[in-house]
Amino acid sequence: MDIRSQVSMVFHLDKCIGCHTCSIACKNIWTDRKGTEYMWWNNVETKPGTGYPTKWEDQDKYQGGWEKRNGKLGLRSTGKGRVVFNLFHNPHQPGLDDYYEPWTYKYEDLFNAPEGDDQPTARPISMVTGKHIDIEAGPNWDDDLSGSPVYAENDPNLSALTPEQRAQLSAIERLVFFYFPRICNHCLNPACVASCPSGALYKRGEDGVVLIDQKRCRGWRSCIAACPYKKSYYNWSTGKSEKCILCFPRIETGQAPACFHSCVGRIRYLGVLLYDADRIDEIAGRPDNELVDAHRELIVDPNDPAIIKAARENGIQDDVIRSAQKSPVYKFVKEWKIALPPHIEFRTLPMLFYVPPMLPVMSSFDGKTVKNMSEGLFPDFDKARAPIEYLGKLFGAGNNSKVRYVLKKQMAIRTYRRAVTVGDVEMEHAEHMLREADCTVEEAEAIYKLTSLCTFEDRFVIPPAHREEAIEMVADPLEYKQSVGFGFKEEVKRGL
Amino acid sequence: MAQNTNILDYFNLFWFAVLPYVALFTFLLVTIQRYRRRGFTYSSLSSQFLENKIHFWGLVPFHYGILTILFGHFLGFLIPRQVILWNNDPLRLHILEVTAFIGGIFALVGLLNIVIRRLVDPRAKVVTSTADWVVISILLFQVGTGLLVAVFNSWGSSWYAASISPYFWSLLAFSPDIAFVTPMPLLVKLHIISAYFLILLFPFTRLVHALVVPNPYLWRKPQLVRWYWDRRKIRTPEFKVKRK
Ligand code: SF4
Ligand code: SF4
Repeated sequence: MDIRSQVSMVFHLDKCIGCHTCSIACKNIWTDRKGTEYMWWNNVETKPGTGYPTKWEDQDKYQGGWEKRNGKLGLRSTGKGRVVFNLFHNPHQPGLDDYYEPWTYKYEDLFNAPEGDDQPTARPISMVTGKHIDIEAGPNWDDDLSGSPVYAENDPNLSALTPEQRAQLSAIERLVFFYFPRICNHCLNPACVASCPSGALYKRGEDGVVLIDQKRCRGWRSCIAACPYKKSYYNWSTGKSEKCILCFPRIETGQAPACFHSCVGRIRYLGVLLYDADRIDEIAGRPDNELVDAHRELIVDPNDPAIIKAARENGIQDDVIRSAQKSPVYKFVKEWKIALPPHIEFRTLPMLFYVPPMLPVMSSFDGKTVKNMSEGLFPDFDKARAPIEYLGKLFGAGNNSKVRYVLKKQMAIRTYRRAVTVGDVEMEHAEHMLREADCTVEEAEAIYKLTSLCTFEDRFVIPPAHREEAIEMVADPLEYKQSVGFGFKEEVKRGL
Repeated sequence: MAQNTNILDYFNLFWFAVLPYVALFTFLLVTIQRYRRRGFTYSSLSSQFLENKIHFWGLVPFHYGILTILFGHFLGFLIPRQVILWNNDPLRLHILEVTAFIGGIFALVGLLNIVIRRLVDPRAKVVTSTADWVVISILLFQVGTGLLVAVFNSWGSSWYAASISPYFWSLLAFSPDIAFVTPMPLLVKLHIISAYFLILLFPFTRLVHALVVPNPYLWRKPQLVRWYWDRRKIRTPEFKVKRK
């Protein structure tokens, strides 16, 4: 047993309003520099849709993540034998056009244009070449299903659906979509780290944040191809790759990452999970339909005395263990089982989990009353507007029962709360539903509370980073007083 | 007449006995210093992200070609005897010469594509510096003269091993014997001099990426974890005592 701690996340998709505040918060802090204009470490996609970069989930196109070859896990895009050949030209690397060409507008034309009959316009200017461009794509070009025949219908997850289901999805009356905010998952079996020829990528031992050592990175671009979520990006100006750093300077000082902090829908939760690093290989190699459960198995109980002992032996501080015991992520993922990893079949073991959206409007309105459309206790999830196969492909590696379990539980809790607050549903009926959904009244209340009435402190249980101890181990803090810091202090400038 | 010979001697001395040392020491000192002081700039500076079509036809043939050629030059330098022995058989000599020539053609085609790419693609242009053009020009000259030598002064693999290799060794022994190179045809001399310029400029340009090829990857474990302090040690009583 090798217990480690990991700062983990939950995004509750039912609460996301698609406002992109998170993306802007991140952009303003981290990616407003030359060479990073096109990067969105946090981006919000509309699903169904092709996302950013376009069709990132299609691994036949991008070759991201792991695959099993002769019973062994290997990266799809690279490996020891292939690494040298991929250096000169990486065959699976996305280009700028797979993302979009970043632009600004020539605002000065609005002021400098000579007097005339026409209103002056600010023409779009490429932020790469500085020349005029026709905008053909953007980071959320298909926001709210705009251009669906081109974008939504090319969503790789739709392959799980029958032609009828697909046709229904885009029928006017049944149109359905939800938002899918994405950041780096800070995976337990990160493909980006395993692919880096220079060993520049690493996982922080203390909290599991995955980082790129800017000084070691040589711009071989392997991580960009290897990450199945396309969350490692190439800075074309400095010639180095960059990725989400989970705002570690904020976490270390007890603040939530900027995208979490600014989230308008309050959909984001952050907390520590303890896991057994010895089992990563075995778990990542399980068959697709077992992966969701196996991943959960890897996460261990922070209240178990044996685990606490092993954690302490591994140097995990007591206050980090206490933080793990209060972790909202642990509740969502492990206790309530209503948060699922995205595309676990890529086998990187992502540590960002999603509560799938209760998209289906499972009733109809006949002009007078709202009617439940199904005969049984629960609405018929298989006939829901967003087919369960679709969500199953996204969050269950094709194992739809995992998604059905979550939707059932959420539905039962909703009915139960309706019985409590509105009273137009029989309590007995609601409790029956809860039992069917593997949920107690206490659990329902707890989920309700953490979903709807959560405070900052409920949502973000940030472990103490103990950087002061780390720093004291290597240097005398006073020595660095009034200087830049403890990292390297070289100018971050592109080489010749 | 005698005067002229003298000047030529000085020229030869400069190009073949002074320049190589200037180049070599600059190379050593600057690469090390640059790595220590401005290590951040050691990068492939790839522009594949910005232009992904011609890239393949430039970078792939160039690298395979130039590496083959470099390897050949290296062999001739290190084990000249064996190379000459190998060349005793005309068939083997031809195999070697043809391989080298194809390598040269690959490098040349790749370079030309690189030039075209950086000239025509507006995005690739953005990340093309003056230093890049200097490097590309010298490389073109280097590969071009190399190919011409192969055409006009054939069986280079043999005479290189026989005459140039001992010259290099004399350089390394700090007693340069330029008598090996002075009788060489002008093309060969130009090829050697431009090679010295490449070495001289190497540390100041993007060429340094060749020094940081990813060898550790081949034997390291796939996953890397970095700890900011030894997590086991920090829990030991000694440490706690030390902190007080
Ligand atoms: S999401 Fe991608 S970049 Fe982030 S840790 Fe996982 S593999 Fe690496
Ligand atoms: S800020 Fe929150 S609610 Fe808004 S798009 Fe981002 S994740 Fe969704």
